[in-house]
Parts: sequence; structure tokens; C-alpha cells
Amino acid sequence: MARLSLTGIRKNFKQVQVLHGVDLQINDREFVVFVGPSGCGKSTLLRLIAGLDPITAGTLHMDGRLMNDVAPHQRGIAMVFQSYALYPHMDVRENMAFGVTIMGLPAAEIAARIDEAARMLQLTELLDRKPRELSGGQRQRVAIARALVRKPQLFLLDEPLSNLDAALRSEVRLEIARLHKQIGGTMIYVTHDQIEAMTLADRIVVMNKGRIEQVGTPRELFETPANTFVAAFIGSPRMALLPVRRQDDGVTLGGGDPVALADLPQGAPQDITIGLRPDAVDIAVGEAGPGFAARAVYTEYLGDDAFTYARLEDGTLAALRTDPNAHIDDGAPLRLRPKPGHVHYFDADNGHRLA
Amino acid sequence: MTTAPTMAAPMAERGLVGTLGRAGLVQILLIANTFLMLFPVVIMVFSGFKSNVEIFQQPFAIPDFTNLENFVRIATETTFPRYMFNSIFVTGTSIGLILMLGTMAAYAIGRYEFFGASFLLLFFIAGLTLPLKLAIIPLFILFRDMGILNTHLSLIAVYVAMGLPSTVFIMTGFLRSLPRELEDAARMDGASEARIMFKIMLPLCKPALIISAIHNLVPIWNDFFFPLVFIQQDSLKTLPQGLTTFIGEYNTDWGVMFAGLTLAALPITVLYIILSRQFINGMTSGALK
Repeated sequence: MARLSLTGIRKNFKQVQVLHGVDLQINDREFVVFVGPSGCGKSTLLRLIAGLDPITAGTLHMDGRLMNDVAPHQRGIAMVFQSYALYPHMDVRENMAFGVTIMGLPAAEIAARIDEAARMLQLTELLDRKPRELSGGQRQRVAIARALVRKPQLFLLDEPLSNLDAALRSEVRLEIARLHKQIGGTMIYVTHDQIEAMTLADRIVVMNKGRIEQVGTPRELFETPANTFVAAFIGSPRMALLPVRRQDDGVTLGGGDPVALADLPQGAPQDITIGLRPDAVDIAVGEAGPGFAARAVYTEYLGDDAFTYARLEDGTLAALRTDPNAHIDDGAPLRLRPKPGHVHYFDADNGHRLA
Repeated sequence: MTTAPTMAAPMAERGLVGTLGRAGLVQILLIANTFLMLFPVVIMVFSGFKSNVEIFQQPFAIPDFTNLENFVRIATETTFPRYMFNSIFVTGTSIGLILMLGTMAAYAIGRYEFFGASFLLLFFIAGLTLPLKLAIIPLFILFRDMGILNTHLSLIAVYVAMGLPSTVFIMTGFLRSLPRELEDAARMDGASEARIMFKIMLPLCKPALIISAIHNLVPIWNDFFFPLVFIQQDSLKTLPQGLTTFIGEYNTDWGVMFAGLTLAALPITVLYIILSRQFINGMTSGALK
């Protein structure tokens, strides 16, 4: 059981404020991912929840209990660090036993917990090894197992996969997802990798510059981003954001021909930003025709997919999903006609979503 | 395997470098240097097995190693065992205190943020620039007034003061290089500050502790100056000072003298070899991530 409630959390380092009032509710057994560019405060927020750094202002409640001044180990939390932070001079078993020994558990209980965690993470063979004798993936599993033996109500994971190579990363990612199903604790996971966020999260918290931009399920964030930051951050390749001007039932971009948009929201301001994901347009090769004029810059061939990057009239580079079997010459003129229902509309001034 | 394109032949080198190679030349230089360095040591050991007459008639001859007369005399007829004990006691206590106090100071400076931390570090490092020997007269007066002249305490006090700056310097740098996440992990595990220091940080500091120990060991063990000034009582003298009593005004028993020197150099040499091996192990296995 761990329900978390953060209210008006602020954090200053000396004169610099790095978190400007964070409000967040996290439900029991939920898998929440904090995602954002580096320096957005996601790791800082995690350290505040862990109790490793003091909260400057605001309150942190766990299951209704105020946690601001509770020592880290009394919060019922375990944390997996980015660098694993295994104790190098202790073998795997000692690493796992360190915390539970301090808890004062009886030796039999400690042994049982270590065995269980080792079995869960396939570490039984490695219990007598030192961290330096383990591979990166094994160290990562030890770090997770060390957190498991504490039987925490809340798991914190700080970019746990960033030191692993790509193949191992997806493997351990699956393992973490499986663990969450198996043990069912509340998990908070920090990453800057949106694939990790999208695949693991029940809910994603997108952060930027010490503020929460949007909280939602992966689908919500992808389909209805609350603002241009989230729109550009979630989804790969990125959504193209075009500054356009309304004209009748359509818009113009950088002095080009007007383009009709069937689902343009009523009462939208004169200047708006529209967002186009790689799938959001029909592409025609040629100088004339309906849609935004663009010029192909280059094409990335990925086997099942191909992405053509096209320069629009205002200079924006837009990524477009194209047929990998069709060949588009670099420099070819294109016409991009937005598909109805696929266009995202934002206020040009504050970046907020319209309708 | 595909055939690799033939490499261009390296430019032919002439002379010594050509026949021996750069590495070979370096080896020869190092071996020559080794002989030069070991020569006096070997003569010292050889002379320890010779009588006075033999030393002067055949200084370079290989002695009869079964002739232990000098060593027996040293152990039975002189106060050498007492000097040895004094040296071990003074050096051991000093090193122990240096490592303990130095590590504690370095831990506070290196791992806690507080006002004046960098000033404190600079203060310690300033000690490196002070030649303590220049302060011998005020030290003498101070120790006299404190009533610890002619005791081991005076030596230990000076040695600890001498050893602390470098130790604090080495340990602070090392402690700062240990990842902060280790400390965080231990804190999440519920470890107290003391437990973090003794169970997590100090075991990882072993290489730095050994560097500090080696760094201080030799100068303290071999120090002649401070005992000469502070210690008058024969039973309190340390080895380097004590051995000079073997040099008489009219005659000197060189054989006994060299036997004493050999014995005096032995423990420190052995310790040095053991510690350096430990140190090298520590260097190669201390990988943190």
C-alpha cells in the first residue's frame, strides 16, 4: 500500500529554484514514469520523495502520513540508482543483506528474502560474487534485488537502464514490467527515454524546467498532448509544429497557399500552431496541388518504415512516414495535405491545446 | 581470412636503438640503475657478516653467511632490541594516529558541506609547506614547558603533525572521488553516518590509506633529527639515533654496526613490499561501477 500525494513541492539549491511547485497524486500499485529533458527536475523530485534531499516547501504525504521530515529508511521506500551504487567491497549476498540487517530482521528471514529475490532475478548462481565480477546487466539486477529484499511499499528507479546497451535495455525493461506485475508495489521510474516511459508506465508525468507539463496515460499524452512541449516530446520522430495563420476555413503557412482544415476548432485565435505527426498527412509528389508545399531533404529507410524529412515554407523540418518501397528523391517538391482528425491545434501564444 | 595488405616496412633504425629497440634500452638503463641502488644495501648486508678486519681487507668479498657473531652480539650485548622496540612503538603509534585523525578530518572536509570546509583543507595543506625542523627551538621550549621532553610522546606529537597534512590531502581527494550515490544507497538502507563511514567508505579507502601509510612510514622510521634533539635517555632512543652509539670515539665495531643497520632496515623493507603489493591490488580492483 502506498498512495503518494505531493502538494506544492518546491526545491531550492541555494538561490536557484529547480522545482516550482509540483502537485501530483500517485495511486497505490501504480507505475508512474517521470520523463523530461535533462535538467527538468525529475531526478530532483525523485530524491525529494526518497528523502535524500530536504523539501524546501510543500508537503509530501504517503498514505495520509506527512513524510517531509521522515528519514529515508523509515519511508518504506527502496531506490535503484543510475550507477547501481552497489557496495564494491561486498559480494552480492552482502549487498542485499546490508539494509535488511540494519532493519534488525532475524537471520532466517533475511536469508529467505535474499533467496526469493535472487530466484526472481536469476541471481542465485552469483550470490558470492563481487560487483566487479558481474556484467552490467547482472549488476543492474543486483541493484533491483537489493531494493526488493527491503519489501518496500514504494520503488524508486532513477534512470536504471541508461548504463546498459540497447539489447540489454529492452530485456531489463521487460523484466521490470514483469516484476511490477508480480510484486505489485507502487513504482516511480525516472527516465529521459520516451520509449521506456511509453512501454512501462500506467501514467506518465512529463516535466520541463521544474514544472509538470502534463500527467496522463501514454495514450492520452500521445493523442491529446496538453501543449506544444508534450506534443514535441512524446512520439518519435517528433511532431512537426507549424506556426500558421487562419484564413477562412483553412490556414496559411509562411505566405504559401491556403490549406483547408476541416476540423479547425471554432473560435480559434488568428495565430495558431498546428502539430503534424509523421502519419498526419497525405503526401503527393509535385509542385502543385492542395496542401502545404515542401521539399524532401532526405529519407531514412528503416525496413518496415521509411521517414522522409521535408522542409516546409517557413523552414520547419517535418518528419513524414512514407512507403519504404516508394522512392522520394532528395530535393523533390512535395505537397502535404493534413488528414482530418490527425491535426493537433495549439494556441500560438502560450502553446496550450485548443479544443 | 582475407589477405591483409602488406604493411610498409618500418623505417630501419640504426645504432643501439636499432639493435635493442627503445624498450630494450630502457630495460638496460633500469637494470643498471637497480644495481647502483642495491649496491650499498648489499655491501651493508655483507658487512654485517664480517669482522672489522675482513671489512677493511676484503670489502667486496662475499662473506660466510653462517657467521652470525655480529647479530648475536647485537642481540645480547647491546641495547639494540630496546631501540628496535622504541622505533616500532613510536612509528606504529604515529602512523596509527595519522591515519585515524587524518581520515576523520578528510571525511568531514570531503563529504560534508559546511562553512569553512575549503579553508580547513587549505589550512592542512599549508602544513605541507612548513619545514617543521625550522621550528625546532620553539618546539623544544614548548615540550620542555609541557614536561614531555625526553618522552616518546614528544616524538609522536611531532610525527603526527608532520604526517597529517599529506594524509588529509590524499584522503580528502580520494573520499571526494567516491560516488555520492553509494552514500545515498547506504542512507536508503538505513545506515547511520558512522556506519556509512566505517562500513562503506573506509573499506573503499584502503588504497589511499596505504599510500598515506607508505608515505609517512619511511621518513618517520628513519628520522634522526627529532630523537637527537628531544631524547637523551638511552632506553628511549630510536634505531637511527641508537645506532650512532656504536660509533665510538677511538674505535668502532663496524661489523656490529652493519648488522644493526641490516636489522633496522629489515622490517621497513618487508612492510614496504607487502603494502605496495596491497596497494597495487587495491588500484586494480577498486573499480566502483
